[in-house]
Amino acid sequence: MDYFIELLFGGLTRGSIYALIALGYTMVYGIIGLINFAHGEIYMIGAFTSFIVATVLSIYGFPLLAIVVIAAVAAAVWSSAYGFTVEKLAYRPLRKAPRLAPLISAIGMSIFLQNYVLLAQTSDFLPFPELIPEFAFMEPVAHIVGSSDMVILVTTAVVMVALTCLIKFTKIGKAMRATAQDKTMAVLVGVNVDRVISATFIIGSALAAIGGLLIASHIGQINFYIGFLAGIKAFTAAVLGGIGSIPGAVLGSLVLGLTESFATGYISSDYEDVFAFSLLVLILIFKPSGLLGKAETKKV
Amino acid sequence: MQSGLKKKLLVAALSLGFAMAVPVAGMASDTIKLGVAGAQSGDLASYGLPTVKAAELVVAMYNAKGGINGKKVELLIEDDVCKPEVATNTATKLVTDGVHVVLGHICSGATKAALPIYKEAGVVVMSPSATNPGLTQSGDYPNFFRTIASDDAQAQTEVDFAINVIGSKKIAVVHDKGDYGKGLAEFAKKFIEESGKAEVVLFEGVTPGAVDYTAIVQKIKRKGADTVIFGGYHPEASKIVSMIKKKRLKVTFISDDGVKDDTFIKVAGKNAEGVYASGPNDNSANPLSTEAIDAHKKAYKEDPGAFYENAYSAALALLNAIEKAGSTDMDAIVKALQTEKVDTPVGKIHFDARGDAVGVGFAMYVVKDGKYVEVK
Amino acid sequence: MFPVKELKRSALISLWFAFLTFPIMVIKVDPIERIVHWRWDNMFFIAFGSFVLSILAKVFMIQKERRASRKKRKIAAEPLIQRIAREPRFLYPLVVACFAFGVSFPFLFSTYQTNIMTTALMYVVLGLGLNIVVGVAGLLDLGYVAFYAVGAYSYALLNLNFDMGFWAVLPIGGLLAAFLGVILGFPVLRLRGDYLAIVTLGFGEIIRLVLENWNAFSQGPSGIANIPRPGFFGMEMTFAGGITYIYYIVLVLVVITIFVVNRLQNSRLGRAWLALREDEIACQAMGIDKTKTKLIAFSLGAFWAGFVGVLFAAKTTFVNPASFTFLESAIILSIVVLGGMGSIIGVIVGALILILLPEYLRALSEYRMLAFGAILVIMMVFKPEGIISNVRRSYKFKGTNTPEGEIHE
Repeated sequence: MDYFIELLFGGLTRGSIYALIALGYTMVYGIIGLINFAHGEIYMIGAFTSFIVATVLSIYGFPLLAIVVIAAVAAAVWSSAYGFTVEKLAYRPLRKAPRLAPLISAIGMSIFLQNYVLLAQTSDFLPFPELIPEFAFMEPVAHIVGSSDMVILVTTAVVMVALTCLIKFTKIGKAMRATAQDKTMAVLVGVNVDRVISATFIIGSALAAIGGLLIASHIGQINFYIGFLAGIKAFTAAVLGGIGSIPGAVLGSLVLGLTESFATGYISSDYEDVFAFSLLVLILIFKPSGLLGKAETKKV
Repeated sequence: MQSGLKKKLLVAALSLGFAMAVPVAGMASDTIKLGVAGAQSGDLASYGLPTVKAAELVVAMYNAKGGINGKKVELLIEDDVCKPEVATNTATKLVTDGVHVVLGHICSGATKAALPIYKEAGVVVMSPSATNPGLTQSGDYPNFFRTIASDDAQAQTEVDFAINVIGSKKIAVVHDKGDYGKGLAEFAKKFIEESGKAEVVLFEGVTPGAVDYTAIVQKIKRKGADTVIFGGYHPEASKIVSMIKKKRLKVTFISDDGVKDDTFIKVAGKNAEGVYASGPNDNSANPLSTEAIDAHKKAYKEDPGAFYENAYSAALALLNAIEKAGSTDMDAIVKALQTEKVDTPVGKIHFDARGDAVGVGFAMYVVKDGKYVEVK
Repeated sequence: MFPVKELKRSALISLWFAFLTFPIMVIKVDPIERIVHWRWDNMFFIAFGSFVLSILAKVFMIQKERRASRKKRKIAAEPLIQRIAREPRFLYPLVVACFAFGVSFPFLFSTYQTNIMTTALMYVVLGLGLNIVVGVAGLLDLGYVAFYAVGAYSYALLNLNFDMGFWAVLPIGGLLAAFLGVILGFPVLRLRGDYLAIVTLGFGEIIRLVLENWNAFSQGPSGIANIPRPGFFGMEMTFAGGITYIYYIVLVLVVITIFVVNRLQNSRLGRAWLALREDEIACQAMGIDKTKTKLIAFSLGAFWAGFVGVLFAAKTTFVNPASFTFLESAIILSIVVLGGMGSIIGVIVGALILILLPEYLRALSEYRMLAFGAILVIMMVFKPEGIISNVRRSYKFKGTNTPEGEIHE
């Protein structure tokens, strides 16, 4: 039973990280119908920024709490700035272009950002400072659930609630929902669609940055390539849950995380990713628009 | 318009052609051409660049002495990014340029792809770092030699150490699904089973770059392993090691040459303490080794990188064989490599009939106070 | 003249980039030695560079707009290549010249050049194959490399286990890939565009992972070595001869592919694909069997990939799973989109550029991939339809006194 709980928590942690990244994919897709392949790199840049800021602050002797807060804020600010800029440069000019053009632009952006960080920083793996301390009260269960797992789970839950509130109750949230439903109609009722799209990129990027900080601190290392695999997995999770749907992205991520964890635990980690992708194919065959996606009926 | 366009095309094609055709010139061999092939860019560049530097230093030394039998040595340096499909291009380029012997390639996969091309052209190849056993043991490549011991020798060292020194009974063998890591892990598994003194409780691969390794560590714990033998490189090793510490698991961690790298200690920090890793024999007592390292420091103002001594030795062995054979004919060089002993930074070596260096082996190291020290 | 307002805007942009790149470009920390390097000069370069670039981009945009407004008056001019392609008078000599150049290539250049050109031509075929799926039928396939892998491994394995020769496996490799295309396509082709993308991506990864993990079947990550080159009536060939020989095989394959793809596009099936890409519902109303048509596109695309896969294995004489990653799929897809979706000439040009450029850009070394990514973005932003876009087939009256009748001057 212990083993089951261990794997359960491992899967939930993994799923939470996927969820923070997957939200960015799903929000952008919901609004402009674009697979933002560069999103994984935004996550990587978030992790890198927090690494740089945290290391600088710790060299100058700041207390841990201040480091965590400043690093998180810096990561969110700069990731959002990158997300915003990428959208302006690489996607906005392509709004009316053929459907695949923005996708290639996104792949190009992803390659560019990876190599930009590689050249400006280093190709080596770097040790990420331990931002999440080992809590004393967690010690009795530390062999099952670590402090960092707990922090990741709690942070993700808080972020999800906040995001839901933002989308449900604020003006910008309403504008986002309106744009997602019908862009032309939204313009007609006075929504500034460009601003809404920018806001979507900014929010998505900030979430990815927080994910980047948490996971880098959890596994303790970082390099320029971490965004690729995490991005693909998160995207898979978003599709699994029904791309465009926010609760879907969270559910899809948790399902994916748990599948991987249990598959490794009870079967074999050799085929971990094979299980993940097979699950995706199976679910899509029986539910072509994902777990919580709306089945679209096209009117002529 | 038609003729204008055609003219443009013709000019473009011709100029392209001339640009490409230049390296073909100069086939007459008034120099000895030593090719250097390996990863010189991309993510594995750090494994290939030290070999280039070693070759440059050895060649400069030979040329200062007046070359080999009156001929100067010329270097041809080509990048293969450690990819098999690029390696065939690289090999073709070197052969086209009339290379006599090649120092390389760095990765086993790339070497395997390139060797048939050299074999047909009658070129002797010596790698400082390709450890795949099949390269020498299959007998397919009579023109291949190496100055590093093969993976099975390394796995044997690790397993002997685990069973006889540590006294492991239940061993989890984990690898990174890669060419090098998985090959090594398979040999380790085989040797453990053959020894009969310990059992393999787990044999699995982890996905490099995955966001979290909790599940595999929980599984190691559940299987009751007392020792983990890991085949792969340092990024995964440090993630697993720190996860093992986080989950309060007490196991001995033994790994390989890919982990016996100072970056591992930097990244894993205090979690690295007590990790064992196998690596090439410690040559610091050998005066030639000191000399080679000093030459590097003098020329490049930094410490040499991975496989530097092996590459330095390989370059020496190759050039020595040409000198002793008195020709660049493949059979003559092969014979000289097998019979003539040569003093190198990795010891006084010659090569056996399969192409492995005699007298090159592995030793075990342990991380102590942030440094690798040899286990006596 | 360049207005002051634009200068102000450029100054703002350069400030923004200075801020944006601050942590990554300016600060470099050494966490072991605990030293921070402040590289302020980088910030200056970034600010200056983005200032200049933003002005250049603006100038370019203004000119583009001007040209566009001028064009409107003169009836949209077709791109040069399209005009050449339309006129047999120009087209045939050009094709003959290209073909002659292709045939004489190994005699003009070194073995190494021939070898690279062979690689580039293989990508031409891959691009044309994927073009059927993505460009013509509009099905976004991100796992195309899986079929390529199937071809390569079918030669490697059939040769290893049953000692089958290259020519026997060549069709088998293609058919196996096509068969796999049908098997995969059957369940997933009902998915909408982007769902299809991720499923094919997943499928590509699954194939690679299976090859990597199933040692008993594929020898795992260490790959299969010593795959023989194609034989020529049992003759032993020298190394250079072998490369030239493969070059000609690929060249013939390219010609066949161009011919087949061109015929296909003009066939009933090809038009059905085009129509399906534009509007599925209207197609069904016109009596086109949606699933069947899509399946044919998918498996035909896979067929070419399998073909080239066999050639790949024969050329490198070694295969391992590392050659079949997602990046490879992305590059083939980039060839199609960059060249111009649905356009055969475009795909050929795209493949030659994307495959030969990195070989000749070796001088740029570590900036190579950075430049590659930037070029993809810039190309898409300024020419989203590709280098040589496909012109829609259109019919015009060459009748009595309509001015449109005089386009073909």
